[in-house]
Amino acid sequence: MPIVTYRDALNQALREEMQHDDRVFLMGEEVGEYNGAYKVSRGLLDQFGPMRVVDTPIAELGFAGIGVGAAMVGLRPIIEFMTWNFALLALDQVVNAAAKMLYMSNGQFPIPMVFRGPNGAALQLSAQHSQAWESWLAHIPGLKVVTPATPYDAKGLLKSAIRDENPVVFLEGEMLYNTKGEVPEGEEILIPLGKAERKRQGEHCSVIAHGKTVLIAIQVADALAKEGINLDVIDLRTIRPMDVEAIAESVKKTNRAVVVEEGWEMCGVGAQVVDYIQRECFDFLDAPVLRVHQADVPMPYAKNLERAAKPDAQKLTAAVRKVLYLE
Amino acid sequence: MATKVVMEALSPTMEEGRLVKWTKNEGDAVKSGEILAEIETDKAVMELVARGDGVLRKRLINEGDTAPVGQLIAIVAAADENIDELAGGAADAQAPKAEEPKAEAPAQERPRDARTSVPEDPAHSQGEASTPPQERDRRGHERFATASQGAALGAGDAEPGDRVRSSPLARKLASDRGVELGTVQGSGPGGRIVKRDIEQAATRPQLGAAAPVAQRAAAPVAERRISTEGDYQDIPLTQIRKTIVRRLAESIGPVPTFYLTAELDVERVAEMREAMIELGDQYKVSFNDIVLKAVATALQQHPEVNAHWLGDKMRYFNRVHVGMAVAVEDGLITPVIFDADRKGLADISREARELAKRARDRKLKPEEYTGATFSVSNLGMFGIDHFTAIINPPEAGILAVGSVEERVVAVDGAQAIRKRMNVTMSCDHRVIDGATGAKFLQTLRRLIENPLMLVY
Repeated sequence: MPIVTYRDALNQALREEMQHDDRVFLMGEEVGEYNGAYKVSRGLLDQFGPMRVVDTPIAELGFAGIGVGAAMVGLRPIIEFMTWNFALLALDQVVNAAAKMLYMSNGQFPIPMVFRGPNGAALQLSAQHSQAWESWLAHIPGLKVVTPATPYDAKGLLKSAIRDENPVVFLEGEMLYNTKGEVPEGEEILIPLGKAERKRQGEHCSVIAHGKTVLIAIQVADALAKEGINLDVIDLRTIRPMDVEAIAESVKKTNRAVVVEEGWEMCGVGAQVVDYIQRECFDFLDAPVLRVHQADVPMPYAKNLERAAKPDAQKLTAAVRKVLYLE
Repeated sequence: MATKVVMEALSPTMEEGRLVKWTKNEGDAVKSGEILAEIETDKAVMELVARGDGVLRKRLINEGDTAPVGQLIAIVAAADENIDELAGGAADAQAPKAEEPKAEAPAQERPRDARTSVPEDPAHSQGEASTPPQERDRRGHERFATASQGAALGAGDAEPGDRVRSSPLARKLASDRGVELGTVQGSGPGGRIVKRDIEQAATRPQLGAAAPVAQRAAAPVAERRISTEGDYQDIPLTQIRKTIVRRLAESIGPVPTFYLTAELDVERVAEMREAMIELGDQYKVSFNDIVLKAVATALQQHPEVNAHWLGDKMRYFNRVHVGMAVAVEDGLITPVIFDADRKGLADISREARELAKRARDRKLKPEEYTGATFSVSNLGMFGIDHFTAIINPPEAGILAVGSVEERVVAVDGAQAIRKRMNVTMSCDHRVIDGATGAKFLQTLRRLIENPLMLVY
């Protein structure tokens, strides 16, 4: 099976869906001539031409709004934000237009569009450009929020997102673009939205992760497996709608859980996961559910402080040991 | 206009009351001042009277239930008055209160206290008085965040009272497997009982662990070791018992013990022993064997001292398992003679000898030294005239046996030299009252001083 980067898996998804449906088009800063700030859209301008791969000015609110309008009249836009930190400027269109249009038009205007781009911290991009937005976006009824962790998931979920009749927020990871994984060739990969996946099978402790933190969870699971501690790693894949069943099934088996995410603690995705766990699995819990997340500070620029602020394997391992009463 | 009937404080120290009897049925007409119910307070059974006229529309607790002072227990209202909201709201609001012990409240407060007591940055505290409000808010927030990241799990480690800390899973497993949470030592943070503790406890022979009744009946005495359901009777604590328990424990410690001493005449026991020895070595028994047999027989007649203290109830056993303290090299252990009341002297003697040997050889299995309903400790062989033994919880009593000595005593108005032996019974006052223990010793004296009764 071919080994493909996350970046190229996304490129495959875009290419296949633009071939599959000529209403699909890509719009954003540098997506055409420059092949995308992170080269996700490499070669698409050449293949599909400037009508379907549209370079925009630096005006997020404007081109997000054009996307919503295009969706209202029957197209299927993909809006690329160079990063989700820049998408803040476009949130009015995402939250107040895209997410609400179907509801406020009494069902007249479905908005089948995708907002996508890198989310979360990379390396030393400092406070304004290192933020994970999924808890903000998942808060909004009317949006779906997807956070693929692997190349396979990236391709399968993006294709499903493009085919979905609702506005989908698709959060990629700058640090994930170069990661590699198996992606089968010549087969239609469509992963349903709202379904989590078990990335490691274990009976001692559930680790619930999404996006970049799935890789941390897998790393910790493989390391602890050598000590005989087997983690059940659940990759949420979609934050909204969330696969509560998969979470509950795992926690009922292991009786303990750690939830890990890139974002901050307060009102984070993990808070919602813990809420589901306490409601669905109260009688099954043998330890308080712990969370691993970014420190409650703006992301520091200094390398050592940035490292200290981010969730990592060490912090996750410590939390797992704590819920297992090993320390 | 509906009148709420609440559990009233019928004594100055009453915190909860047990409803002994409703004297009015739902639907009965009630006049202010009429007796509605009999309530057992911490001191006595008192009458609860109606505070308004109407019909007793709804009784919210049952006879035998306990309710804290202030809880709504009934509603008196006009016959056609709608009381749904009053009754429904009461059920919702009161139910948890009735179930949860009072000690819960401070326990839940605690973590919050721990958060606010996270040490502050000294630089910040200095400027406390002049800090503008918005900055204080921000600092408050930061303090909260730090605490919830780091300290939240550990917070509340030192919870007050005797609340048993346990994980939800542990509670469920304990209830499924019939393990008493109070008897389990928690190994989690702050003594929290977690899954592994219940699993360990469940593999130990448990009092009350289920075994089919039919199997019990068929099994020979020697194989029936562990007490199972049907072998005992659990008695919920009455209010007066709860008050006694609380007051005594405040006074003397977790096991409020008192001691009863009696000097027994063992002349006849000595004669019997000698007569038996003359019959041959196989009939040789020790003083202690006879004491064990007598204790077992007396316990059989006095189930009120053949009991365990289980925190929220007392357990009275119908079977008699006598623990026998044995000194070993670095301590002591109490192997158990199961169903001792139903065994003959020869069996007891042989079993006691074997158990003592196996104890000294450290070969006892856990099921051989757990499950006693009462214990006996004998230091007579060390020349100890008299001593007090320490109760082995959850047992409610232990008998300390001294040496057999010749003493000058008055017999029928004349001096005589008789073999005498001191016994001292340590009693857990929560279960055994003075007179109760004394009656047991009375029976024991009768048996020891007339050892022929032991063969009956």
